Amino acid sequence: MIKANIMGLFGKDYSRKLMLSILGILLGLFFGGVIIFLQGVNPLYAYYYLINGAVGSSQAIISSILKTIPLGIVGLAVIFAYKAGIFNIGGEGQFYLGSIGATIVGTIPLPISQVAHVILCLLAAIIFGGFFAAIPGYLKAYRGFNEIITTMLLNYIAILFTSYLLQGPLREPGTYYNRSSSLQPTALLSPIITGTRLHFGLIIFLVLAIIIYFVFKKSTLGFRLENVGMNKRAAFYAGENTKRLMLLAMCVSGAIAGIAGAVEIMGVNGALVENFVVGIGYDGIAVALLASLNPLGAILSAFFFGALRNGANSMQISIGISSAFVYIIQALAVFFVVLIPGVPRFIRKYKGVK
Amino acid sequence: MSDVLVLEKITKKFAKVTANKDISMNLQKGEVLALLGENGAGKTTLMNCVCGLYKPTSGKIYVNGTEVEIHGCENATKLGIGMIHQHFMLVPELSVAENVILGINRPKDFFLKIGEVESEVQKLSELYNFGIDPKALVKNLPIGMQQRVEIIKTLYRKADIIILDEATAVLTPSEARELYGIVKKLTKEGKSIVIITHKLEEVMEMADRIVVLRDGKYIGSTLKKDTNVKELATMMVGREVLFNFKERTNSIGDIRLQVEGLTLYNEFAVKKLDNISFNLHAGEIFGVAGVDGNGQIELSEALTGMMDYQEGKIIINGKEKRKFSTMESYSNNVSHIPQDRQATGLIMERSIAKNLVLADYRKLPFSKNGLMQETAVKEHGQKMINEYRIKAAGEEIAVKELSGGNKQKVILAREIDRKPDILIAVQPTRGLDIGATEFVRQKLLDERNRGVGVLLISTELEEILQIADRIAVLFKGSFMGILDKKCTDIGEIGMLMAGVKNAHYEGELQ
Repeated sequence: MIKANIMGLFGKDYSRKLMLSILGILLGLFFGGVIIFLQGVNPLYAYYYLINGAVGSSQAIISSILKTIPLGIVGLAVIFAYKAGIFNIGGEGQFYLGSIGATIVGTIPLPISQVAHVILCLLAAIIFGGFFAAIPGYLKAYRGFNEIITTMLLNYIAILFTSYLLQGPLREPGTYYNRSSSLQPTALLSPIITGTRLHFGLIIFLVLAIIIYFVFKKSTLGFRLENVGMNKRAAFYAGENTKRLMLLAMCVSGAIAGIAGAVEIMGVNGALVENFVVGIGYDGIAVALLASLNPLGAILSAFFFGALRNGANSMQISIGISSAFVYIIQALAVFFVVLIPGVPRFIRKYKGVK
Repeated sequence: MSDVLVLEKITKKFAKVTANKDISMNLQKGEVLALLGENGAGKTTLMNCVCGLYKPTSGKIYVNGTEVEIHGCENATKLGIGMIHQHFMLVPELSVAENVILGINRPKDFFLKIGEVESEVQKLSELYNFGIDPKALVKNLPIGMQQRVEIIKTLYRKADIIILDEATAVLTPSEARELYGIVKKLTKEGKSIVIITHKLEEVMEMADRIVVLRDGKYIGSTLKKDTNVKELATMMVGREVLFNFKERTNSIGDIRLQVEGLTLYNEFAVKKLDNISFNLHAGEIFGVAGVDGNGQIELSEALTGMMDYQEGKIIINGKEKRKFSTMESYSNNVSHIPQDRQATGLIMERSIAKNLVLADYRKLPFSKNGLMQETAVKEHGQKMINEYRIKAAGEEIAVKELSGGNKQKVILAREIDRKPDILIAVQPTRGLDIGATEFVRQKLLDERNRGVGVLLISTELEEILQIADRIAVLFKGSFMGILDKKCTDIGEIGMLMAGVKNAHYEGELQ
């Protein structure tokens, strides 16, 4: 039934889907409020500090956007694979591989312009992330392995591989910390507005979202990938090489997640450290589902999650509600988005049994 | 002999469809009654009413002389009725004994007294020579043995009326022969058996008496000793609808498709096609008759690149093909109306317009420079809706909203509109009402007259006799013979469908 509901996210009644997402968020906030109330705190207070911390000042908004960027790009990666019928749980692993690629290229001093160096770093991330995703992609398309399991297990490999690199080959010489050397200044993403931390990663995210939207809206490639996702057998019958298309979708998805890793390193961290992001692959799935698999919707849903994270800190400081609490809201919102389309069917079935 | 089961004027309606209409029949103690009919004749529906899966819309059921209302499977079990379904209802991971008590273990017994069950199963197994180990896991048993577990399940529940639905469909010939022996033994112990089947050889082998259904109606009943295969085939298919085809208006052209010695094994290394050879000419309908599951899907998929084959040659328009993809099949101008329109032929969530360009999106005007041309796709959708009289509110409607007949028209429109050289149609009218059926058959005839080589694979003999020019009969993956329609009759084909071949028909093999 869950699968059927997620399948229902295909198609194009946009306004209904937007309503669905908003309804999911409201229900998430409502039940989250019930939980806050049970802790003896007025939920309206809590939400006031949450919203204030998220969008209450220009500084707060920029922090929210900074949290939005990696969530959104990984969300796009999940959407791309899901359109072709592959559930990419491996966003986190591909994200780490991308950041490794960007770190390797970014730490080398190169006599080229900043634009060229940044593009090289992104290319490295695309290649690293894409090839890493090709492993589960190949196993899924040509060998029938369940991609949910392979991508999830590969996440651990990627995370531990990163730790290995940071304790060995990539460790900054002469330090005790498990971190890489800092990126060359030419490899960093500049701020969009000088004096703030808001970097060009935002532009990369927005452009990617628009490109992916048009790929699925207009191009024959998007049509074919979506055909595979909706009915693999029918696509095969109509002459598609479904295996190759699935592999391709997975590689592109991994490349996108890789870009997210690179952008985070080049825009925020400036160097690779262990566990600098935790659970981004799963959050990407939440972003994709709340957006009803619409790439433009991912901009909004990623901002919602980004703002939620950011506001959580202020909520914790002000009234002592743990910041981990926002994960409950996030989970509830996604839960309702997936659940609601099944409600009419459930009612019908119940009536039918009676 | 006394009647253990009497059905009186049973009618079963689903929404719009009447699956059974006023069917009356009886089952005598200790007899084997065959319920004979083609696919969709309503045999299984009727028996599901008896075993409690369905409730009849009207009519009465008597068990051992008293009128009963059967509310559910449990109820049926209490009345001593057990049914062995075509698809087994077993849990592969559990043992034989565990499967036997599945669903009847009372909740108040906290502990499974599996030892007791095992010894009882052992006793039953010995009584009927089943040779089953009660402790064996079902998944490790061959299909024939699994069927015996199903039989033991009904015996353990003290069933006196046992219904077997297409029992030999999944069995090898030797397993089937063993089943005949088991059925005989069961009747000797006083059980009454109903076998649901469309296989004439099986009827002649097992049944004492035969009831024939067609289109949900009772056609007749006869004792086996008073009838023969030919007569039964005629009763089953219905004489009155036969041979009212139109005379052809064109002559047969060149060879479009040549198949030589095609042999195919499925993924479990079971031979599904065995040395099939034929020629398909331009401007003819070549019908492939046969009972479902004798290699129809494999034949159509081997010819369209969907399934790989091991031996033989496929020559399309004079060019030999080996290991070709579905894409190549498309560019060879071969159209394919697949058997399963929902799972293979259409993408249910997509609109009519997009389903119509599922393959043709590659061409102008539907795409340009890698971009879909939405206006052209929509206009084409509108045009096809008008031309093929697809009942839909518009070309943007998802095909899942359409009725079966209109879904099939979408496929037909797509596959015919591209003007193929070869059209492979598998069960093109399955599940359609009479109007849509006529429409589809007329379109196939139009295509023939246009000079297309049409391969019609159908389990409906009536359809093949109505529109095919030549008829091959597929049985267990090989052609029993290729007959010219002018010099054949239903009885001959019925015998070939059942795998009975005699010297007279040998002469007509090509």
